[in-house]
Amino acid sequence: MVLGLSAKKEKIDATAGVSLAASAWKRLRRSPVFLTGAVIIGIFILISLLSPWLAPHDPANPMLIDQVVKARNEIPPAQPGHPLGGDLQGRDFLSRLLVGSQQTLIVGVGATLIGLTGGLILGTLAGALGGWVDSLVMRVVDVMLSLPSLLLAFSIAAMFARPSQFTVILAVSIVQIPVFARLLRGSMLAQRHSDHVLAATALGVKKGAIVFRHMLPNSLGPVIVQSTLVLATAIIEAAALSFLGLGNPDDRVPEWGQMLGDVQKVFDTHPHLAAWPAICIIIVALGFTLMGETLREALDPKNRR
Amino acid sequence: MVHSVTARRRWVAAIGFLSVSALALSGCAQSQRDSGGGGKEGGTLTFGAAGAPKLFDPFYATDGETFRVSRQMFEGLVGFKPGTAEVEPALATKYEPSADGKTWTFTLKEGVKFHDGTAFNAEAVCFNFERWYNQKGAGQSDAVSQYWLDNFGGFKDTPDKPSLYKSCTAKDAKTAVIELNEVTSQFPSVLGFTSFSISSPDALKKYDADNVQAAGDAFTFPAYANEHPTGTGPFKFSKYDKANNTVELVRNDDYAGTKAKLDKIVFKIIPDETARKQALKAGDIDGYDLPNAADWAGLKSDGFNVAIRPAFNVFYLGINQKNNPKLADLKVRQALQYAINREQLVKSQLPEGAKVATQFMPDTVNGYNKSLTAVKYDPEKAKSLLAEAGASDLTLKAYWPSEVTRPYMPSPKDLWGAIAGDLQKAGIKLDVVTKPWNGGYLTDVDNSIPDLFLLGWTGDNGTAHNWVGTFFGRTDNRFNTGVSPWGKTLADALAKANSEPNESERTKQYEEINKKIMEEYLPAIPISHSPPALVLKSDIKGVVPSPLTDEKFGPASKG
Amino acid sequence: MLRYTIRRLIQLVGVVLVLSLLLFAWLRVLPGGPVSALLGDRSTPEKAAELTKQLGLDQPIVVQYFKFLGRAATGDFGVSTGVQPGDSALDIFLQRFPATLELSFFAILIAIAIGVPLGYLAAKRRGGWFDNLSVVGSLIGVAVPVFFLAYVLKGVASSSLGLPSSGRQDAIDATRVTGFFTLDGIITGEWDATFNALEHLILPAIALATIPFAVIFRITRAAVLDVLDEDFVRTAESKGLTAPVIRRRHVLRNAMLPVVTTIGLQTGALLSGAVLTEKVFSFAGVGEALAIGFERRDYPVLLLLIIMATIVYVVVNLLVDLSYALIDPRIRTR
Repeated sequence: MVLGLSAKKEKIDATAGVSLAASAWKRLRRSPVFLTGAVIIGIFILISLLSPWLAPHDPANPMLIDQVVKARNEIPPAQPGHPLGGDLQGRDFLSRLLVGSQQTLIVGVGATLIGLTGGLILGTLAGALGGWVDSLVMRVVDVMLSLPSLLLAFSIAAMFARPSQFTVILAVSIVQIPVFARLLRGSMLAQRHSDHVLAATALGVKKGAIVFRHMLPNSLGPVIVQSTLVLATAIIEAAALSFLGLGNPDDRVPEWGQMLGDVQKVFDTHPHLAAWPAICIIIVALGFTLMGETLREALDPKNRR
Repeated sequence: MVHSVTARRRWVAAIGFLSVSALALSGCAQSQRDSGGGGKEGGTLTFGAAGAPKLFDPFYATDGETFRVSRQMFEGLVGFKPGTAEVEPALATKYEPSADGKTWTFTLKEGVKFHDGTAFNAEAVCFNFERWYNQKGAGQSDAVSQYWLDNFGGFKDTPDKPSLYKSCTAKDAKTAVIELNEVTSQFPSVLGFTSFSISSPDALKKYDADNVQAAGDAFTFPAYANEHPTGTGPFKFSKYDKANNTVELVRNDDYAGTKAKLDKIVFKIIPDETARKQALKAGDIDGYDLPNAADWAGLKSDGFNVAIRPAFNVFYLGINQKNNPKLADLKVRQALQYAINREQLVKSQLPEGAKVATQFMPDTVNGYNKSLTAVKYDPEKAKSLLAEAGASDLTLKAYWPSEVTRPYMPSPKDLWGAIAGDLQKAGIKLDVVTKPWNGGYLTDVDNSIPDLFLLGWTGDNGTAHNWVGTFFGRTDNRFNTGVSPWGKTLADALAKANSEPNESERTKQYEEINKKIMEEYLPAIPISHSPPALVLKSDIKGVVPSPLTDEKFGPASKG
Repeated sequence: MLRYTIRRLIQLVGVVLVLSLLLFAWLRVLPGGPVSALLGDRSTPEKAAELTKQLGLDQPIVVQYFKFLGRAATGDFGVSTGVQPGDSALDIFLQRFPATLELSFFAILIAIAIGVPLGYLAAKRRGGWFDNLSVVGSLIGVAVPVFFLAYVLKGVASSSLGLPSSGRQDAIDATRVTGFFTLDGIITGEWDATFNALEHLILPAIALATIPFAVIFRITRAAVLDVLDEDFVRTAESKGLTAPVIRRRHVLRNAMLPVVTTIGLQTGALLSGAVLTEKVFSFAGVGEALAIGFERRDYPVLLLLIIMATIVYVVVNLLVDLSYALIDPRIRTR
């Protein structure tokens, strides 16, 4: 523990075992909060997968452009065939909202996967190998953690000369790498001296096999919890990036965060253009958070009374 | 980032007929003009500024926010008639050129005092000219003495860069004689630019005005520029409260002309555009510059005065012929022109009063060709032209800028969205790149990286050379017209027209050039002229919108 | 204790040096930069090349970096090109830091004032509808993008309540002493200035408060739950102490420990949140400077402010760790 910054964030006991998972699942199944989150996320994923068929129009087609008259502040209102009207460029707003779920899911999942993979590599290396590898990895992690994470994401996003959806995902995922790395390293370190690892070592099982067959699976609980929470933050942070002008400037393929961050200029005159994507983001982020928090509680051995 | 029209000036070595009337812009009559006289005395005008002024010494100023503040405190020898680009007397009551046009005699207003109480006279005028001409070191940088470099050329100790300015003599207290090395139609109108305002020689000396230093990767300015600007204008510098982001000016009670009605002007710096609008609605500020076109109607219906300036700009789709040989084919460029639905773009994306551009200058400029009409939108024709040119599978690298709004380009993203949609409908494939305006966009455009790009121009004055001359006067321009054989022909024709002494002949030549540009060369696609606006509370009277954004608050009143 | 502090501070210096090198290299590699900012759209390749040379930007990055370090040692961190063009980056930080501090202070104050009692009540009624409702409410607080909430507050509250929607203070005659506008008015007796500054603070502080609120609420609730279960509370109950006395003496005091920690851990989130909130309310703090800095690519200001944010973040966490160790002796023995 060098800078002691995120130490207290990790309330999860790293030795959470498989039996714990089973009992956790038992309790989760009966938790209305968890189920609410799961239902929200289920619907969200379903919509985003089906959105190309659900959307009534092409989200990139400015079909209502002749109704857009900027100076007179006319933005296509709700009308037959377009229940939510159009956006600033005359594109069907409902279609954009529906299809927007897809990119939003991609941003969330993409960011989580990259953050997780990066953290997995660094954390496993540090935790499993120890020694100078551990020190080096932890120094890198310390530097990254000594910056407020969202601020780091802003800085990374500003770094790309050619911003795109991918750079947004990178920016919000890189800041998660140290968090995952630390989580996994802690879990690995704790297990190094646990009975089952010692037993496996005594039986002559190879180090790699121990790491992958025993130590990693046992760290899965806290990683899943963290991933669920990252899914929520990634979506919200992507919106913040767009708001600061650091998001994906190409809006032909919609994404909720971008839709929300981009309409600040008309927020007071056309609040619905911001409110819809905002509500979608809030609901989905809430869904992930509800799942994550209940998972966290369920996996916390202290709660196993 | 808001820059005023006056933010860009190019020195045009025009050897032309001396005629102030060349600058006359007939179409700029103002409806909002207050007849003066009326208006309540006293009160504070709070104006929402988009950015902090860099400094308060107009000579070193380069951006609109800085000029806006300086403009209220300083005056030049000449000024611009409110609401036009026409030159009128200011600190000089009269100005006359010699027969050869190189010597100008300025008769100065009497009884004028600087804010520090010292007298304004011919010696003060010459002191200012000599100060400008004698800039040294960092003071000679393009980023510092930009206006001098663009309009007067070099300095005393830069023999390789000749200067337009030769000398200044104080014949008597109220007569200053300025000698030039060359004849140019730009003189004396350049003296109306805020940069060439007259400062108090005493204050300049006392506060070390010329002590500019290049420090690290920027410049630092002396006390004069930061805390002690001393001019002759209707308002005096009071304070710049950096912690609260406000600049305060107070009325100059010793002003020689009609004294200001307002007690104070406060510039409140609100960088976020939406925040400015809300501050206006909440009554925190009395007005701000360049309201988003989408807000005009709303602001009007809320009872605000949206003062629309004459459209003195052009927005174009730039074409760079360097990287894609297909673009050197006129048919391909014409196809681009047919492919873009400019009429719909102007109606849907640009503010009220915007017009489709038929050429690269607005109709208030001498040399505008009235016979030219806008090519009608015709995607089929575009496709067939592309086929004829063997460019049916054309893929172009297209750039549009993020994080910027310009008077000619209120929302680059939406404009690009419309243009890109049209081009794709005509079967042109696009490799779209966007970069922040200050974060690589301009650099890449200058370095010929994109094939297509969005850009525009806001005029400095009413000469045609300021428009087409700036764009195509050289062959190594942003369009790389040198790639095509006509590039040189065009540049030569522009140089010839610029040096044509006879005004009507010159106008004719420019009209001819404009026709050729549109029909034979088409180096880029002019899209629109759109009027920028200024929004004020309805109880603010006497502010006249200017095509040069040269609005003075001296005659303004509140309530 | 002392050794620990010194070790942490030395590490901080290392982190700052590494970070400054990375940021410096990054800013120099990026297109645009000071030259583009200074010349604007009238830039030509020749002019740009000349200015690049004049400013020494054509030298190797390492040379530039050491020159920068040399200047930085004298307090010269470069000059702003976009936020307040021409002002020194350090001045901008010094002017604006009190604003952000003031805003964060009020945000945390609001978050504590609501979060702690709410967390306490929720814990006392664990499992009840009040508990569930406030838990879900706090999670919604996490899910709402803070800038969206700021706009909603601004749109709704500023028009209906007549609260100012931008800036730190109206242009009134106020004497500046500390840079904390609310405090300045109290010191100089200019009560109207304090009041005016408070009016400007309310909305941004509420918006920013949602960030620490959710965490403070949840931690308070969890801490109170833990403490309620602990032996000494049961002992107190069995001793026949009345409920309010138990609450005051034991429960709240013990529960405050994690709350203090949370405040430290929230500094980073507050700084990031301030970027968004201050932008919405044009509140002239460090956050707004960062937001404009990103937008206008003001590299010198970004460099200094990011480093300063890091220092503040690390130092606050160090202080929290230290105070934690002072309050709870169990940690010191570690």
